[in-house]
Amino acid sequence: MPVDKSAIGRTGEPVTMHVERGKIREFARAIKDDDPLYYDEGHAAKEAGGIMPPVTFLQTVSHWDDGRGRPRLPFDLKRVLHGEQEFEFLAPIHAGDVLTAMSKIVDVYEKPGKRGGSMTFAVTETEYRNAKGALVARARAVGIETGQVVKD
Amino acid sequence: MPATKRFWEDVKEGDTLPEVRVDKLTRTDFVRYAGASGDFNPIHHDQTFAEASGNPTVFAMGMLNAGILSRVVTGFAGRPNVRRYKVRFSTRAWPGDDVVCRGKVTRKLEQGGEKLVEGELEAINQKGETLISGTFVAALPSRGSGGR
Repeated sequence: MPVDKSAIGRTGEPVTMHVERGKIREFARAIKDDDPLYYDEGHAAKEAGGIMPPVTFLQTVSHWDDGRGRPRLPFDLKRVLHGEQEFEFLAPIHAGDVLTAMSKIVDVYEKPGKRGGSMTFAVTETEYRNAKGALVARARAVGIETGQVVKD
Repeated sequence: MPATKRFWEDVKEGDTLPEVRVDKLTRTDFVRYAGASGDFNPIHHDQTFAEASGNPTVFAMGMLNAGILSRVVTGFAGRPNVRRYKVRFSTRAWPGDDVVCRGKVTRKLEQGGEKLVEGELEAINQKGETLISGTFVAALPSRGSGGR
């Protein structure tokens, strides 16, 4: 069956995300990072103009998304893999910032799977803007639906 | 630990980045990351669901490993200097697995008024299998600009 490309261009609702100091601390602990940039306000102010979120922190946007922020993929959860993830940073983000995230499916394509069947790939891009409307970060995720339940 | 201050002029192509490692991932690590990130896909914390999905047990979120791997870049360049971070997930990490993270500088360039370093990244487990491969771009301060 040819891959259904009709999802390309589908967008989610804008999601408002507060970049919170406590959430940054919790996230830094979860990735076992003790850099004082994430914990110590005085140190962070001197080094980076304030506490910054870790590199992969923007994934926590899901805490602020009631489900309408992510454009829906035609995927079965039991067969979904996270293939790739990319973050691009265009301007600094600090604790206290309020960001607006907008997600869009930018590509859907199919490839033959290594273990039989075919795999469907969907690429979702999310743009994060700050309260002034400036684009501060862009995230790009590649999700994969495998032909069968995932086994190594 | 805070990142070590490095100048662009002192970095060479082929330089290795300081290693980051986490020994013996636990289910508690997965649960802590679930709470921190909001990723509550039950395949990462619910044994019953994991088995029903054809897995022997729960496994780490790829983004947990990617978060650990990102520390190679922030330790090298400092968080404010990270411009791009890209990862590709290969093998999954299971409870008890080690996550060993390495990187190296592949290219130095100047672009948009910044002095940049590009590099490759890899997270492997204790068997040497690749969990994640990745790339990064970071800006480094120049000796000519007073270290900022």
